[in-house]
Amino acid sequence: MTRRAATQARVSALTLLAFTFAATLILALSFIATRERIAANENAARAALIAQTLPAGSFDNDLVADTVPLTGTEAAALGLAPGAVAHVARKEGVLVARVFEVETGRGYGGRIRLLVGVTADGRVSGVRVVAHKETPGLGDYIDRAKSNWADQLAGRGMETRWRVKKDGGDIDSVSGATISARAVTGAVGQAVGVADQLAARLKEQK
Amino acid sequence: MSDAKPTARWREIAHNGLWKQNAGVVQLLGLCPVLAVSTSVINGVSLGLATTLVTALSGASVALLRQFIPNEIRNPVFIMIIAALVTCVDQAMNAWMHGLYAVLGIFIPLITTNCIVMARAEAFASRNTVPEAALDGAMMGLGLTGVLAVLGALRELIGRGTLFSGAELVFGDAGRALVLHLVPAQMNYQYLLALLPPGAFIGLGLMVAGKQWLDARARTRAALQQAAAQLLPEAEGAR
Repeated sequence: MTRRAATQARVSALTLLAFTFAATLILALSFIATRERIAANENAARAALIAQTLPAGSFDNDLVADTVPLTGTEAAALGLAPGAVAHVARKEGVLVARVFEVETGRGYGGRIRLLVGVTADGRVSGVRVVAHKETPGLGDYIDRAKSNWADQLAGRGMETRWRVKKDGGDIDSVSGATISARAVTGAVGQAVGVADQLAARLKEQK
Repeated sequence: MSDAKPTARWREIAHNGLWKQNAGVVQLLGLCPVLAVSTSVINGVSLGLATTLVTALSGASVALLRQFIPNEIRNPVFIMIIAALVTCVDQAMNAWMHGLYAVLGIFIPLITTNCIVMARAEAFASRNTVPEAALDGAMMGLGLTGVLAVLGALRELIGRGTLFSGAELVFGDAGRALVLHLVPAQMNYQYLLALLPPGAFIGLGLMVAGKQWLDARARTRAALQQAAAQLLPEAEGAR
């Protein structure tokens, strides 16, 4: 009786193994068939997103590939892990702007991820929210797809007090949903500061 | 195999999946994606069709392999088949429908955990032939897609005053022309209750009630007809 049970268990195990093997094979084939397209899609989506923070036609390089490494403190100021990079936009080889990814945990609904473009002379060229969980219809006005609130950030530089007006700063917010604007404003201010440090650091090195 | 004619059997399977045992409003299986993704017609139908593809393929493969699957380990094997199929669909959508993939996000891999897929593998596909199981899977999926489409339309219409928004994610830029604005876009109309999860619960509740009502009406009618058929011959006999 025990022997029969053991045989049965062995048969089951081997069958399961065979099915696992077949499933793995199918997955490997499907992965190979789609891998390149998926990577290309993700690159294109990322490039399109980064490009939205810059005026159309202001650059002619590959934004995803052209990067500059950030120091640990710079990355930390942007809420990123060490080893993060900034993307560089160039036209005919001349530096036009740098695009920073910024992450802040001060949103009303959790983390907010942004892309902030800063021109070579230290002004914000555009801000795009990449991911957020703000309340739909209330805090989501920070998203360019929902309202043009973020447009007021463009053109500003180090002289701006990067706080909402309620906190004594220069940036408008929607009353009743200040937290979202406060988080984005602070994060963009951080990006402008880091851009300034980075520009100074790279100039020194030359 | 049933003794009924094949076409009658196929019709029964289709009726079962689309209406009588509808996954969304009768069995109430796979509610998590139904409630979360049905914020617009396009989202709902897209996830519904992806689920349909999985239920049909998993039904067919389970029915095809059922002789080789020992009874005591059938569940792990079913789960593996389903998970492998879902991963293939997930990768294919990521490669060829990237915009939509970004919207549906986590709900594509979660098709694996959609109870309806497992339920049909266990209850139907493991006991029937390949074509029947494939049809059953497809019909169950389409039944769910129907629910997602109606619920999505309801929530999109009440919540944002549009229909087919996001069509460009499926059909490319030409899809933008498909978007219907029933409330002019510049009014910025929004009714949050319909868009947030409570709206999904309320909408689904109304749909369940609506289906019950339609069924009850059909039953009353059938009963009336039967009663009339019984009474009439008597009346004629008495005359």
